Amino acid sequence: MKIITKLITWSQMKSPWIIHFNSGACNGCDIEILDALTPKYDLERFGVLLKGTPRHADVLLVSGSVSRQIHKRLVRIYEQMPNPKFVVAIGACACSGGVFDGCYSTLGGVDKAIPVSAYIPGCPAKPEAIIDGMIKLLASLKE
Amino acid sequence: MPKITIPLGPQHPALKEPENFMLVLEGERIDKASINLGYNHRGIEKACEERTYIQDIYLLERVCGICSHSHTSCFVGCVEEIAKVEIPERAQALRILMGELERAHSHLLWLGVAAHEIGFDTLFMYTWRDREHVLDCLELISGNRIHYAMNIIGGVRKDINAKQKNEILKRMDILEERTNYYVKLITQEPTILARTQNVGLLPTQEALKRNAVGPTLRASNVKSDVRKDDPYLMYDKLDFKVITADSCDVFGRVFVRVFELIESYKIIRQIINYLPTGAIAVKVPWKIPEGAAVGRYEAPRGEDIHYVKANDSIKPERVKVRAPTLANFASVRYMLEGGYLADVPIVIAAIDPCMSCTDRSLVLDGEKTSSYSWNDLRLMGIEFYKKKGIDFSKVKI
Ligand code: SF4
Repeated sequence: MKIITKLITWSQMKSPWIIHFNSGACNGCDIEILDALTPKYDLERFGVLLKGTPRHADVLLVSGSVSRQIHKRLVRIYEQMPNPKFVVAIGACACSGGVFDGCYSTLGGVDKAIPVSAYIPGCPAKPEAIIDGMIKLLASLKE
Repeated sequence: MPKITIPLGPQHPALKEPENFMLVLEGERIDKASINLGYNHRGIEKACEERTYIQDIYLLERVCGICSHSHTSCFVGCVEEIAKVEIPERAQALRILMGELERAHSHLLWLGVAAHEIGFDTLFMYTWRDREHVLDCLELISGNRIHYAMNIIGGVRKDINAKQKNEILKRMDILEERTNYYVKLITQEPTILARTQNVGLLPTQEALKRNAVGPTLRASNVKSDVRKDDPYLMYDKLDFKVITADSCDVFGRVFVRVFELIESYKIIRQIINYLPTGAIAVKVPWKIPEGAAVGRYEAPRGEDIHYVKANDSIKPERVKVRAPTLANFASVRYMLEGGYLADVPIVIAAIDPCMSCTDRSLVLDGEKTSSYSWNDLRLMGIEFYKKKGIDFSKVKI
């Protein structure tokens, strides 16, 4: 491994910066993501920091079955993120379409639009599950 | 000075959900604002027609993750009206209990988000920490934190026992103490006052003209609350006040919501202490006879309206949802225009927008009196989306 990639992986593992995007979710997963960042669960103790712009982020947390109108935006946000980047699909909707699978205005699942590195199921995914998923993603970076 | 147009959204740090505002600026002031919705449109109303009533409860719960109980209560209320069933008193009380817990969690959540929008992140963390008490209560009763799935047609799914009652009462004491602290905070803290007073003004006349609902309307000094005006379940037997504010600005909206929290705790205590005995549900046949009903429900954000049309089968013929945020959007435009760019996030947040509730398809046509068929609507949809560069004509429905 080149020294520079090693350095990037090391810093991403220690402090991944995340951005959250709602691609047609019911809000249930979104408030659970925010919950994971607030005092009771406090994802920040693992160095995870929420950012406002995709250009600063390493990990994109997507919740929601991708609606047709948001599809292009989601792809654009993904493209704006610097490499190496990861996508985490949060909730049953983001994993496979969930209850909205088959609705005319949804694509059903984030992986239909952009590549996904981790899936966190649940409707909504509990904060504990989100933390677990994030930690597993970080652990997989080591390899 | 030349005018410039800036877009806000669909992805923006100040917006928690995808929506788009086009702001025409003259210097720092907003000259014109237009709102672009539909990013969250999933096609739930159509999906309802293809599923049974029982499945629809769980689908409609997912219209919105924050006021999920409101949508299902409104929907099952309509179905019960068509089927002509009276639900037991205990079930009514439990529905109210869940509804008020939901209001408490929604208002606490909102207070945090609003504080975040004005850069007061400490308050954001405080309220979200306290909100966990409400979520614990909800989990204790129903087994889930967000989508409680408490309603079934004919009553509720779960009962509560003495241990749970005690736990809820204990949590209410903690929350009441915390909320009293928030009351002090919002009325005395200079930063909050400076950022909210005389911002996003919506005079009473304008609020009425633009059909605002819920806390937005009550903050414009109109005493309107479905729980009092058109009581459903057993709200007419409960003792609570309708909170209004006469300042007609963002401060008024904060004030109304914080005091509504205290009223909610009061209702929860009454319900827990005087819970009627008896069954929690009655049996209702799967087939719902022909008929139609409109239901009104005071959701945390305002009046939620559902319309259900049944045709003597196990699936509804039509379901229509009018969520409170849609009614409030006409006022947002008025509140934004003439204000400063820096106030945009808090003015938008002040109506507590919920896009997943709002993004239904809607045809506004003042002239036409006959109704549209599904095919007409579909063609209109294809035309509408073509302008946005999305091709719907190949989508199989
Ligand atoms: S998975 Fe469930 S809670 Fe999450 S966005 Fe989808 S419907 Fe909402």
